[in-house]
Amino acid sequence: MSVLIYAENAGGTFKKSVFEAVSYAKAIADQNNTDLVAISIGDVDAAGLASLGKYGAKKVLNVSGDKLKNFINQAYASIIAEAAKKEGADVVVLSNTFSGRGLAPRLGVKLEAGVADGAVALPEQNDGKFRVKKTAFSGKAFAVVELTSANKVIALIPNSYKVVETGGIAQVEDFAAATKQSDFKAIIKEIVRAADKVSLPDAEIVVSAGRGLKGPENWGMIEELANLLGAATACSKPVSDAGWRPHSEHVGQTGIAVSPNLYIAIGISGAIQHLAGISSSKVIVVINKDPEAPFFKVADYGIVGDAFEVVPQLIATVKEYKASA
Amino acid sequence: MKILVCISNVPDTTTKITFTDNNTQFNTNGVQFILNPYDEIALSRAIELTDGGKGTVTVINVGEVSTEATIRKALAIGATDAVRINAKPHDAWYVAYQVAQYAKVNSFDLILTGRESIDYNGSKVAGMLGELLDIPSVSIIKKLDAADNEATVEREIEGGKEILTIPFPFVAGTAEGVAEPKIPNMRGIMSARTKPLVVVEPVEVKTFSEIISYETPAPRGQVTLVAADDVAKLVNLLHAEARVI
Ligand SMILES: Cc1cc2nc3c(=O)[nH]c(=O)nc-3n(C[C@H](O)[C@H](O)[C@H](O)COP(=O)(O)OP(=O)(O)OC[C@H]3O[C@@H](n4cnc5c(N)ncnc54)[C@H](O)[C@@H]3O)c2cc1C
Repeated sequence: MSVLIYAENAGGTFKKSVFEAVSYAKAIADQNNTDLVAISIGDVDAAGLASLGKYGAKKVLNVSGDKLKNFINQAYASIIAEAAKKEGADVVVLSNTFSGRGLAPRLGVKLEAGVADGAVALPEQNDGKFRVKKTAFSGKAFAVVELTSANKVIALIPNSYKVVETGGIAQVEDFAAATKQSDFKAIIKEIVRAADKVSLPDAEIVVSAGRGLKGPENWGMIEELANLLGAATACSKPVSDAGWRPHSEHVGQTGIAVSPNLYIAIGISGAIQHLAGISSSKVIVVINKDPEAPFFKVADYGIVGDAFEVVPQLIATVKEYKASA
Repeated sequence: MKILVCISNVPDTTTKITFTDNNTQFNTNGVQFILNPYDEIALSRAIELTDGGKGTVTVINVGEVSTEATIRKALAIGATDAVRINAKPHDAWYVAYQVAQYAKVNSFDLILTGRESIDYNGSKVAGMLGELLDIPSVSIIKKLDAADNEATVEREIEGGKEILTIPFPFVAGTAEGVAEPKIPNMRGIMSARTKPLVVVEPVEVKTFSEIISYETPAPRGQVTLVAADDVAKLVNLLHAEARVI
């Protein structure tokens, strides 16, 4: 028995959410007195692979090859399932990212495993029971799911488990898994990544704005503030519906759910559907000119004021603060 | 083109979520159930793709008789016919398994689901169906264009997007952007009453997960208000007290 973590790379590098997932998987391995094995598929260099040892992976299986450079759901699922079988892993952990969410269900079927997606805490294991807390109702609640199958797949939400350095060194091994021709039916034509943008789902700080900003031409100050803070930008649904911002920035019940350390909401009313997707943010700051805006009820810090006056001041102050730090 | 759209019946987005029986049951008291918003997007795109006699759209729901209002809404929006698999949807695996059995005997060119249901947010049904039917699956798509033998889809990735071509048949989970949700018109509502809705009994399948209990997020403390002309204080608080910058 062992625990297997799938370490997803983005263009050849591991992001913080991977180190969180490795740390989380290591804690599960410790709970079960077993070892943690990592698997990486794609183009990660030797130093990158070995770095997973720092967070507790004892061994890293490296799968590479031209056909596997980019994420192909079916092929990756076949490889990870085969690695799980070879390593005798009964728990497979991955990140609850866009790719992870396509992969986890396929793995669940291949391994006949219960899948706990959206996991936010370590499993509780008592009397042979295995229970995982996950988000439900779009962040309005949590559900504790018991996985009753012998094998288990867990997808961990970014920013919900801390990175823990244990300081080991991982032994890297090449792993060649058999893939079927039919695993490669989907063909990637193009990948577009905005190079200088922080990605929203795993951002530690999110600067979000709503209809209070009046129009797309006023987003310059939102982007400037986000840049200064190393934050991702987001918006409310009517803003993306109106085409002021792309759909990929829309957060909430029918948008992306985020769990950053800091969520700054500017000119957003705080409708129940918006709050659903942001309620697991650790600290919430609200800037709204209406003191009765429902958002203030869930905020940690608030400024009642006009965004067009407050945000430029905030930018100036953060600049000063950065200069003095 | 034959399209199958999986639909689920979920609490309305304005629902305040509460639980009963010592936090072991979702409290459905006074809750209005609706067609899952993402499934509405999937259905709308399916209708666009088959518009003008270019195919059929079957909606399928795993649910008890109480979900028929939602199924009729899907028919009113424009689905050709509907299937209800007569069972309580135990979990994603159970749902995917039932739908896969149906899809195996009634082959489809394209199977659409919403990116996730807004109750359990699993985004698992699409991928599980893909695996059970041994066809490609793609999750969280923002765009779907169909040609003769294949489709071009745009998938969301962290900080960007990916464009893929996939031959039919395949399964996709749709998100905002794929289509504007369609609103049923009077003719749709009238014809929905007479469109076929077939009830199929479920097949037996073992389950792999069980919800044991629920929790609601811990209430937040009082908001600390800072004067609009004292922004420096906010920055200080975020640094020294909250330690987030
Ligand atoms: C099925 C369904 C699903 C939905 N899903 C989502 C979702 O996922 N995400 C989401 O966000 N919404 C969602 N909504 C919409 C939601 O109900 C609200 O309509 C939406 O969140 C409101 O966006 P807003 O706060 O930007 O706009 P508004 O409600 O128009 O509020 C604008 C706010 O800006 C403030 N303001 C105006 N001018 C200024 C200024 N100069 N300075 C400071 N503040 C100012 C106002 O006081 C007001 O509070 C959904 C709705 C439905 C029906």
